[in-house]
Amino acid sequence: MSLLELKDVHTYYGAVHALRGVSLKVEEGEIVTLIGSNGAGKTTTLRTISGLERARSGSITLNGKSIEHTAPHEIVRLGVGHSPEGRRVFTRMSVRENLEMGAFLRKPGAEVQADFKKVFDLFPRLKEREFQAAGTMSGGEQQMLAIGRALMGQPKVLLLDEPSMGLAPILVEQIFDIIKEINSRGTAVLLVEQNAMMALGIANRGYILQIGEVTLEDDCKKLANNPKVKEAYLGV
Amino acid sequence: MAAATGAVRTERVRSQLFLPAAITGFLALMLGILGFDQFLNAMTLGAIYALIALGYTMVYGIIELINFAHGDVFMVATFVSIGVSTTILGQSGAITDIPTLVVSLVLLFLITIVVMALVGALIERLAYKPLRQAPKLAPLITAIGVSFILQNIIQFFVGPYITNVPQLFPTQWVFTLGESRVPFLNLFVIGSAITLMLVLQLFIARTKTGRAMRTTAMDRDASSLMGVDINRTIMITFLIGSGLAGAAGVIHGLYYGNTTFTLGFQSGLKAFTAAVLGGIGNTAGAALGGFLIAFIEVAAAAFGFGRWGSAIVFSLLVIILVFRPTGLLGSHTGDRA
Repeated sequence: MSLLELKDVHTYYGAVHALRGVSLKVEEGEIVTLIGSNGAGKTTTLRTISGLERARSGSITLNGKSIEHTAPHEIVRLGVGHSPEGRRVFTRMSVRENLEMGAFLRKPGAEVQADFKKVFDLFPRLKEREFQAAGTMSGGEQQMLAIGRALMGQPKVLLLDEPSMGLAPILVEQIFDIIKEINSRGTAVLLVEQNAMMALGIANRGYILQIGEVTLEDDCKKLANNPKVKEAYLGV
Repeated sequence: MAAATGAVRTERVRSQLFLPAAITGFLALMLGILGFDQFLNAMTLGAIYALIALGYTMVYGIIELINFAHGDVFMVATFVSIGVSTTILGQSGAITDIPTLVVSLVLLFLITIVVMALVGALIERLAYKPLRQAPKLAPLITAIGVSFILQNIIQFFVGPYITNVPQLFPTQWVFTLGESRVPFLNLFVIGSAITLMLVLQLFIARTKTGRAMRTTAMDRDASSLMGVDINRTIMITFLIGSGLAGAAGVIHGLYYGNTTFTLGFQSGLKAFTAAVLGGIGNTAGAALGGFLIAFIEVAAAAFGFGRWGSAIVFSLLVIILVFRPTGLLGSHTGDRA
C-alpha cells in the first residue's frame, strides 16, 4: 500500500478539463517529482490532493484511506502538508504566528516547541526574523517560511509547489538541500518543479505531466538520460 | 533589505504612538467644542454605530460580502429586546431595585445576543453559504433581499409604527459633575459597548478561533491548508457580528426608548460608512469610524446644521477615501513581496 496514491484523477476548472486522468504514487520515505511546463496541471494536481479542488472522478488514497471527498482541513489532519504555489504566507502576521498557524491542529506543548526548534535549525534566517511581519520579508525568506509552516503540521507527506520560483540560484541550492534534509528525517515529498534539472537531481522517481496527463514515469536517473526529457525540460 | 526593515519598524512605532495621541487629542477637542452634554451624547451614539460597524467589517473581512441585512439584524434585535423585557423578564419600565436591575440587564443582554447570534448564523446558512462559489454580485443581491425580508417580517408581526421599548435602566439617575448633570444610563451604555469591543479584540488577538478568523480573512486557501475549517470559521464570524448587533439593539432600546421596522436602514448605512472610514476588514478601524461619525453628526446638530448631518458625514468619507483609499486604519502591507 502506497502512502499516497492517485488513480485516474480528473479535475475541472469550470469547463476546462485540467487533469485528464492523472495516476501517481508516493511511497513512504520517497522524494517524487512532478515535472511539466506551464499549465500542464502540476499545481492542480497538488490542489486536488489537498482538497482545494475537487476531483470529478478517480480516487485519491492516503495510507489506503480514500480522501477525495474529505474536506481540506481534515486532509491536513490526516498528514498532508502543502506549501502552495506563490508561498501564500500570512503577510500581516509575524514569522512566529505563521509557524503557530502551521501547528493549528496540534495541542500546544513540548512537542510543538521542539518542532519550532527544528524549523529554526533548518532555517536560521527565520529565527532572526521571528517577530517580523511575514509580508516584509524577501521572496526567499517567505519560501522558507511557507515550507517551515507546512512542516509544523508534522506531515507524513509534504507537497511542495515550485519552491525555487523567483529565487536566486544560490538560494535554490539551499532550498533543495533542505528538502533532502527534510526527507532524510522521514517525511515523503511530492515536489512540483519547473527547474527539472534540480528536481531530477534530488528525487527518487519522477512523473512528466503534459496537458493534464502523465506521459512518462521512471527513475530520476533514467528520466534525466531520456532524450525526450533532455530536449523538452533540461534544455540540452 | 535591512534598511527597509528598519523603516517598517520605525513606521510601526510611530503609528502605535500616533493613534492613541490622535484619539485623545480629538476627544479633548470635541469636549471643548461641544460641551459635556453633547460630548456624552456623541459617545453614546458612537458606541451604537461602532457595535454595528464591527459586524459589517468582520463579515466583509472574511468573505468580502457587504452584508446589507446587518442593519436590519440590529433592528430586529431592538424588537427581540422588547420581547425579552416584557415576556421573559416581565418588566415594562424602569427598575429601581439595584439587584433586580443587574439581573434583568444581564439576562436582557445575554438572551438578545444569543438569539441574534443564532439568527445571523441561520441567515448565513440559508442565504449566503449556498452562494459561496457564486459571483460576488449574487450574495450581495441576496443580502439586500434578506434586508427586506427582515423588515417585512417585523412590519407584518408588529406593525409599521414607532414602538416603545421598556427602558429598564432608570433614566432619572444622574450625578452632577461640576455644572453638568451626568445620567448613569449614558455611562452604562458607553461602558458596556466599550467592554464588548475590548473582549472582541482580545478574542480575535488571543484565541485560536480568533486567529483562524484572521488567517481566513487574509488567505482562505492557505488557511484551510493549516487545518482551519473555513465554513465553521465563517459561521462563527456571523455569530459574533450578529451578537454584537444584538447588543447594539439592546443599547439603542435602553437609551432611546423606541424603535421601528425601518430603523436598520439609516443606522446600518451609517455603521457601514463607519466600517469603510476606519478601513473595512479592520475591527479597531470600525470602532474608530463609528465614534468619528457620531461626533460629526452631533457637532453638526450642535451648531444648527442638524439636517446637514448626513451630508457632512458622507462628504468627509469621500475626502478621507480620496487621500486614504484603504480607510483610516486600513492595511498597507503588500500581499506579495
